[in-house]
Amino acid sequence: MEHHFDTELDVLKQKLLTMASHAETAVNRAVEALVTRNHDLAVRVKDDDTIIDQCEIEVDDLAIQLLAKAPLASDLRLVTVAMKISQNLERVGDEAAKIAKRARDLSREPPLKLNLELPQMAALALALLKAALDSFVNHDSAAARAIIPRDKEVDALNKKINGELTLHMMENRDSIPRCLNLITAARSLERIADHAKNVAEEVVYLNEALDIRHTGAKGQVTPVPAPGA
Amino acid sequence: MTPGENKTVPETRQESRAKSRELGPSVPHSTLDSLARQSEAGTARPSTVPTALALTVRNLSVSFGGNQVLKHTSLDIAARAVTAIIGPSGCGKSTFLRALNRMHELTPEARVEGEIRLFGEDIYARNVEPVVVRRRIGMVFQKSNPFPTMSIVENVTVGLRLNGVSNRRLLAERTEQSLRMAALWDEVKDRLHAPAVSLSGGQQQRLCIARALAVQPEVLLMDEPASALDPLATAKIEDLIVELKKDYTIVIVTHNMQQAARMSDFTAFFYLGELVEFDTTTKIFTSPAKKQTEDYVTGRFG
Repeated sequence: MEHHFDTELDVLKQKLLTMASHAETAVNRAVEALVTRNHDLAVRVKDDDTIIDQCEIEVDDLAIQLLAKAPLASDLRLVTVAMKISQNLERVGDEAAKIAKRARDLSREPPLKLNLELPQMAALALALLKAALDSFVNHDSAAARAIIPRDKEVDALNKKINGELTLHMMENRDSIPRCLNLITAARSLERIADHAKNVAEEVVYLNEALDIRHTGAKGQVTPVPAPGA
Repeated sequence: MTPGENKTVPETRQESRAKSRELGPSVPHSTLDSLARQSEAGTARPSTVPTALALTVRNLSVSFGGNQVLKHTSLDIAARAVTAIIGPSGCGKSTFLRALNRMHELTPEARVEGEIRLFGEDIYARNVEPVVVRRRIGMVFQKSNPFPTMSIVENVTVGLRLNGVSNRRLLAERTEQSLRMAALWDEVKDRLHAPAVSLSGGQQQRLCIARALAVQPEVLLMDEPASALDPLATAKIEDLIVELKKDYTIVIVTHNMQQAARMSDFTAFFYLGELVEFDTTTKIFTSPAKKQTEDYVTGRFG
């Protein structure tokens, strides 16, 4: 006879994986719409964001019900991690919708004659998201840990692209609206990579029962000072 | 239920199901009706609102020697679901449970008023034998009580044999069926004639469940069935109850709220002899409507 609670935890995992699949698809499509200047694809991403929002509600609702049953140890960590991952995935969906909106606007204007590393940045952000979600499915804490430092690569690309677009705007005033759209799209990609890193940190917590968030460059944690200190 | 029935072999489940379909619930308004109305308005979860009621309790009052323990309680027990009864000590939950299968008649100074119907039939009606009621509504107690002088198989079949069943094949079939349903068969199939008391605490409790199931009841009442058991045995009982509810209506009294949350579909909170709140288990344990319920569930009572 199977343990009834395991069945319920499986339902939670499945809901989360469905949500992850929707979020990944949204980012894939948004990036494609941006890079290939596809107006219709961009509109579709925006419309599909409501599905991801609904997934967040369902995952959190189920998680609360499961918490009432007093799960312990790895079961407890799974339920709380599921709630955090669902929140990160919902934000990923929002960022994908933002990219799609910018892609839609950009597709209506002539393309800029700039060789930005935006496709590379997008590919990297996508790869980090996929790797984070795979590490959750595969209970692979090592793979999750490997994702975390790579977020800095995306940050670096964002800074570079920002610099190039700022320079271009100063020299070509009529390109300002298009450049601003691209800056926003790049910022959304940077946020998506951040969320991928957050998911990776939650996967480490789930598998190792270790909270590795906010540790400094040398791995140190800054203690919270007592009130009035 | 007619006067001559207690002398015949218990009717099969198919027969009693067919009969209850004919009679149907005769209560005009019930607590679960209002849940159904809420689900139409979109506030309750439709999938957890039952379509059939096994027991309907109206204005139940129980007193012992002038001391009123249960006051004007009305409650619906959904068929093929688990209803948990929770509340602090002395709130009347065990008294309520025992009223459901006329156990109070074994206590001389007990007085029971009100109406209880099993699939529409009044179980306290004048022409109804309590013994028949207790066959259709079985009970499992807090401290497991296998008959100490009997073997495992004798314990399982005692109800059938007392009702005049002597067909060896039928008894053997029911024994295996009941022990399988109680998730005990694999552990005892090679020593059915061993004394019942040679089993562990958790196994004895599952034996008592098998004994109750052997007479094919429609409802199973359980009074804190796992409170005397260790966590592993408790988990087995909980998993068992979740399996059993596919075929049986189960009412369980428990003081362990997480247990109620884990395995029940509906929860009733009793306090000082009154029903304070009744709703889906999810609602009671995530967002109870009454402050008293919230105080009890969060352990802030008194």
